[in-house]
Amino acid sequence: MHGLAFDVAHLLAGSLVLVSFMMLYQDRLYALLNTYALHAVVLSLSVGWQAYINAAPHLYITASIALLFKAIIIPLALHRMIVRLGIHREIETVASIGPTMLAGIGLVGLSLAVMLRVTADADLVAREDIAFALSVVLLGLLIMVTRRNAVSQVVGFMSLENGLVLAATGAKGMPLVVEISVAFSVLIAFIVIGIFLFRIRERFDTVDVQALDRFRGERR
Amino acid sequence: MNLLLSHNLALVLAIPAGAAVILAALPGYRLSARLNVLASFLTFLAALSLFVRHPPPDSYFLIDDLNIVFIVLSTFVGFTTSVFSASYIGHELETGRLTPTYLRFYHAMYQVMMFGMNLALVVNNIGLMWVAIELATLATVLMVGIYRTHEALEAAWKYFILASVGIAFALFGTILVYMSAQPVVGEGLQGMTWTVLVTRVSAFDPALLNVAFIFLFLGYGTKVGLAPLHAWLPDAHAEGPTPISAVLSGLLLNVALYAILRFKMLMSLNSHAMAPGPLMAAIGLVSLVFAAFMLYRRRDIKRLFAYSSIEHMGIIVFAFGMGGPLANFAGLLQMTMHSLTKSAIFFTVGHIAQVKGTQKIAEIRGLTETHPQLGWALVLGVLAIAGMPPLGIFMSEFLVVSSTFARAPLLAIVLVFGLLVAFGALLLRVQGFAFGEPAGSTAPVRASYVPIFAHLALVIVAGVFLPRLLVTWFQHVARMLG
Repeated sequence: MHGLAFDVAHLLAGSLVLVSFMMLYQDRLYALLNTYALHAVVLSLSVGWQAYINAAPHLYITASIALLFKAIIIPLALHRMIVRLGIHREIETVASIGPTMLAGIGLVGLSLAVMLRVTADADLVAREDIAFALSVVLLGLLIMVTRRNAVSQVVGFMSLENGLVLAATGAKGMPLVVEISVAFSVLIAFIVIGIFLFRIRERFDTVDVQALDRFRGERR
Repeated sequence: MNLLLSHNLALVLAIPAGAAVILAALPGYRLSARLNVLASFLTFLAALSLFVRHPPPDSYFLIDDLNIVFIVLSTFVGFTTSVFSASYIGHELETGRLTPTYLRFYHAMYQVMMFGMNLALVVNNIGLMWVAIELATLATVLMVGIYRTHEALEAAWKYFILASVGIAFALFGTILVYMSAQPVVGEGLQGMTWTVLVTRVSAFDPALLNVAFIFLFLGYGTKVGLAPLHAWLPDAHAEGPTPISAVLSGLLLNVALYAILRFKMLMSLNSHAMAPGPLMAAIGLVSLVFAAFMLYRRRDIKRLFAYSSIEHMGIIVFAFGMGGPLANFAGLLQMTMHSLTKSAIFFTVGHIAQVKGTQKIAEIRGLTETHPQLGWALVLGVLAIAGMPPLGIFMSEFLVVSSTFARAPLLAIVLVFGLLVAFGALLLRVQGFAFGEPAGSTAPVRASYVPIFAHLALVIVAGVFLPRLLVTWFQHVARMLG
């Protein structure tokens, strides 16, 4: 593996883990969304770099999906949703930041210990990517379990999914990567639309929206 | 006829896909309901014809003796459920729980879900299988939330989040399988094609395969509803329309199980990788015992039977985890019988809940007096699901227990304990439902008894006499599973 090519791939994948950590301690919804957008930008750079060094042009599609859809459209849509629902207050986190960060460090240590050991003979870039990807996935899960708010849970899930895309593009020559990233985008779009259409507002706001619904004559 | 036969695999996929498009465009629920039944029936016929002739595996599709069982079972239950749904959904429209627009959406989604499940069962590619299971999951999520009540939305959301996490894990596992395959079989589609993987798996990196299997088992296990990851299942069963509860229990759990079985076959062919059996057996037992105790504290009739589904999936996963021809045979039989019985129970429960206007266990009493057919169907169904002889599930549970006693007596004690606990809970409940002072509405019910009693008849017949053809087929598949 060419020295510089590997170093850049390593840098980008490592930055993704770092941005995941940044998401872990954001306690305001807007800041969380902005950090997520940064996460998606880093992912798209990383995937774009993979496409370049492996001469795999189809990965550029995945990279542009990450950039357009995940870094721009979804954060904007969620932004508007937050404004409309008027929930731009602090996020209630279950645990405080200190233990959460410690748990995050533990998870990253775990994933490096597991993945680097089992992939000893794999391709160098793939090996780094899969270890970092598992870290991002586990950190995404941690974000999901430490939040009670539907929007931040979705953001956690989306960061988790970014980790999966990193893993899929890191595995050399993996087929169906583009299809899978499209399938995931559809899933995410569904979730985001779902938040709005399903009107799961009791999760957003402790003000008794349920009572409002009943009052409006919505049949229960 | 010959032309149809040679394209039967394409038809299994094309009929639901086409029907989904047509149903989405058609107004008027009577026509759509009939069309839904027709499409499901034709899909079932096409699936049956796979027994007669099926295409050789290519790089996209694979029909072998294992998945034919799953396809035929799932299209059959899909067909009978569509018949039940036709009578059920009319009532929902009358009471105003659903509007015509939603009904149109419901029918289209029903076929999308059938398409997703059939696709997951016939593809020869582990990546496509993942996409198909995701599609089927999305369709069911939308249907679980269709009543748009507070509880239904909450259930759909929970199902959505947990299933998405499960799906994400499964994808990570799939990527790891590809990574372990890539040095051996090379890059590209080959590395995800099931038939290629099976022939070359002995040379894959065992450590990577181990980690992959754990992710796949966790991921697809979430969809099977295994114990620590089951939280979505009771809510989704209780709050969605009852036909969806029936297909969730009868079909979707099986499809996820099928994915696990495929990867288990892969693992057992690599002699250096860990044996997947003990993990599956342990989680299976935990699910069984946990769900058996949970059965006692239920207040909602659909939740009760949802926990019973967790219990049975536990037994099935345990049986496949034990492995060997006899336990695998028992697992297959148990899976088939559970699908038939549980969907029959949900059909009955659906009508009961409609006539009583409630799902609360305390408000459903004395059914054999007020609605003898429904009451006795429920009694029969519960006896079957609890494992009373001579019904089908007794036979499969007996096989699981006896084969376990021969090999691991300690596990067998836990297994029997779990079965007895569940048995007690179900008998306790069915007494309340069926006998005693009638409670609630005694209005006559316009139910479709045909699917209920067809399923129950099959379960009774299978308990008394299993056709030789079926036995040899299952024995063959059981040997295949290793």
